[in-house]
Amino acid sequence: MSLEEPEPDVPAPVEEQSPDELAELLGDHVIGREEHLNAPGYVIRPDAVQDVLSTLKEEAGYDHLSCVTAQEYEDRYESIYHLKKFDDPTQEVSVVVPADRENPVSESAEPVFRTADWHEREAYDLVGIDYDDHPDLRRILLPESWQGHPLAEDYDQDRPQIVPLRENANPLQEDHRGEDDTDTMFLNIGPHHPATHGVLHLKTTLDGEQVADVESDIGYLHRCEEQICQNGTYRHQIMPYPDRWDYISAGLLNEWAYARAAEDMADIEVPEYAQVIRTMGAELCRIAAHMLAVGTFALDVYGDFTAIFMYAIRDREKAQNILEDLTGQRLMFNYFRLGGVVWDLPEPREEFFEKTRDFLEDLPEALEEYHDLISGNEILQMRTIDTGVLPPEVAKSYGATGPVARGSGIDYDLRRDDPYGYYDELDWDVVTEDGCDNYSRLLVRLREVEESAKIIEQCIDLLEDWPEEDRTIQANVPRTLKPDDDTEIYRAVEGAKGELGIYMRSDGTDKPARFKIRSPCFSNLQTLPEMAEGEYVPDLVAALGSLDIVLGEVDR
Amino acid sequence: MSSDNRPFVTDDSQVLTDTRDARMTGEDNRFNSKLREAFGSSPFILTKFDKFMNWVRGSSMFMLQFGIACCSIEMMHTYAVKHDLDRFGAGVPRASPRQADVIIVPGTIVSKFAPRMKRVYDQMPEPKFVIGMGSCTISGGPFQEGYNVVKGAEEVIPVDIHVPGCPPRPEALVYGVAKLQERIANGESSPVTVKPYELEQFGDLDRDEIVDQLAREIDEEDLVMRYNWADSP
Repeated sequence: MSLEEPEPDVPAPVEEQSPDELAELLGDHVIGREEHLNAPGYVIRPDAVQDVLSTLKEEAGYDHLSCVTAQEYEDRYESIYHLKKFDDPTQEVSVVVPADRENPVSESAEPVFRTADWHEREAYDLVGIDYDDHPDLRRILLPESWQGHPLAEDYDQDRPQIVPLRENANPLQEDHRGEDDTDTMFLNIGPHHPATHGVLHLKTTLDGEQVADVESDIGYLHRCEEQICQNGTYRHQIMPYPDRWDYISAGLLNEWAYARAAEDMADIEVPEYAQVIRTMGAELCRIAAHMLAVGTFALDVYGDFTAIFMYAIRDREKAQNILEDLTGQRLMFNYFRLGGVVWDLPEPREEFFEKTRDFLEDLPEALEEYHDLISGNEILQMRTIDTGVLPPEVAKSYGATGPVARGSGIDYDLRRDDPYGYYDELDWDVVTEDGCDNYSRLLVRLREVEESAKIIEQCIDLLEDWPEEDRTIQANVPRTLKPDDDTEIYRAVEGAKGELGIYMRSDGTDKPARFKIRSPCFSNLQTLPEMAEGEYVPDLVAALGSLDIVLGEVDR
Repeated sequence: MSSDNRPFVTDDSQVLTDTRDARMTGEDNRFNSKLREAFGSSPFILTKFDKFMNWVRGSSMFMLQFGIACCSIEMMHTYAVKHDLDRFGAGVPRASPRQADVIIVPGTIVSKFAPRMKRVYDQMPEPKFVIGMGSCTISGGPFQEGYNVVKGAEEVIPVDIHVPGCPPRPEALVYGVAKLQERIANGESSPVTVKPYELEQFGDLDRDEIVDQLAREIDEEDLVMRYNWADSP
């Protein structure tokens, strides 16, 4: 752990392979080529998934399995593995694995990328593809007794479903002893528990006071976001939903994920003025989201509902007030439109700028207070330093992104590495910490608030001096958007929790044929067993708090 | 040391009189309150015990610390600084359902969570009250079309007050809580179980094709919840 600024080093350019070189590298595993808007796609044999992915990982440097999309066509099932490089996320490749219509089986990628475990379970659950070799292929989001796969074509939504309520195993009734007669005890944490940040269920096995095994049981907030987005039209009906994925005030950041994917798909150019407003709004959201993360983390560690939590909420209220002035909403902003934003800055503008500047002016003092109360506090340091350790290599294999990855020293931030909006014109730094523990993740969040404040300040300077005749807030976008048939795109932005990606495939109509959300929390949560096993129960809670998951985004 | 070792004895007849005089003449304001103004100087209040209990219930509500989805963020803001629900005698979040008497349902309920929520509700001691926060607890809200979404909290538990909004502002929730308190004080809350929820012994379900299929996998004694999506409102 270090508090001083990291050395500004210029990363060496990452070697890039041309699509043909990659095809050559993969040899005769490739049975076809596709062109996705973001990356070249290689159709490979369904029994060569591990070979292909490990070749790409070892020999071409594609070490980040960003997302796994499963979908059904009329004649086949398909899983797409979206690969990137942690060193340069603009280098992407899609590995397309077709599976038979009657008997959809393909090889699992889990031995190559640990993150594929949950992604493939989700694909099995919602679409119904079987993965050979998968260590634990069962439903992840829906209850075990569910009938059918809801994103498959032949799913009947009117069919009644039965969901059992199993009594949670009572730890007092019987000890869940292991084979070798160790004294282990089973402990349910959640789904209704103050420390789980929502409705998460942790099945924990304890050995004394230490965590021997922890398994996250998710799906208690699976709101069918993908289905609902597939039923909405591109232009207006999808935009309200991203606000509700990561609902901790990160609304604009999420909206940007959809806006970016859809704008790239339909080739819409966003006016610069709108981009500056977007950047400013998004960073305000990031501050609000990180404030809550810090407040609830302190709540988890101290069990203290008084000072720190209230301080954090106080600063969130300020950010939310500014956002309310800007968007008209406190939480569910619905402010972005494809091609810009819905309305200009609130009038009188001077008042808005002044209010925002006041907020930024007070922020250093507030952060000082947080450092006094939290990060400088010995008790918290004893609790968090060297607990919940997540080594960078492990974090990468689980596809962890955002503050979780940056707390493990992985210098990965899409705002800088895959620039969008106005970020590359502004002066700010990516925050990383090398401690890999709970404390580093907390520090990363606190310092990212400072960076966000820097960005907002520059945006306000720009907006104040923006020429009056040039204040275009929206591009000219057709009333109905119908991207070309079979266009596929995967685009990600840096949300509050990490890489928030969207995969869309169009079928020539005004609604997406497949809409897949790559949620950062889904991947980050997978790292919990790595961090918690062998630690004490309170450290498990601290580790969970430091991951800063939001169940709306984990379950979607 | 003082010469007389007499223990300190208060002249209590004098004290009582002084205190009473101070109260009645208004010289000493410490003892005066709104209640005293209403009831006069007599310390006796004559009321029906029921009425008194209702007033007590409404004035001191212990909320269950229960977060589901987006609305729980606004609910936290309602408890915290600025809105401070505690001002209205309803801001003591309890982590255990056994200590709580109001449950605010803040968010979308999905099939997997509904039986759990029912279980939490069942664990609360009576009398208990439910506030449905947000559109999702009314009808499923923006997620009503979802294959997995329960169309409103009232499919599972009885709800006293619905606070609409997506999410409702903290002010709206405060208003909802105040309305609930008013109803409780007037003795108007809904009975504990108003709506038959579909939680039953597995063996009581109609033996249709799905039940037959599941009978092998699920314990017959197990509690199960059955969702009939087509007939949901």
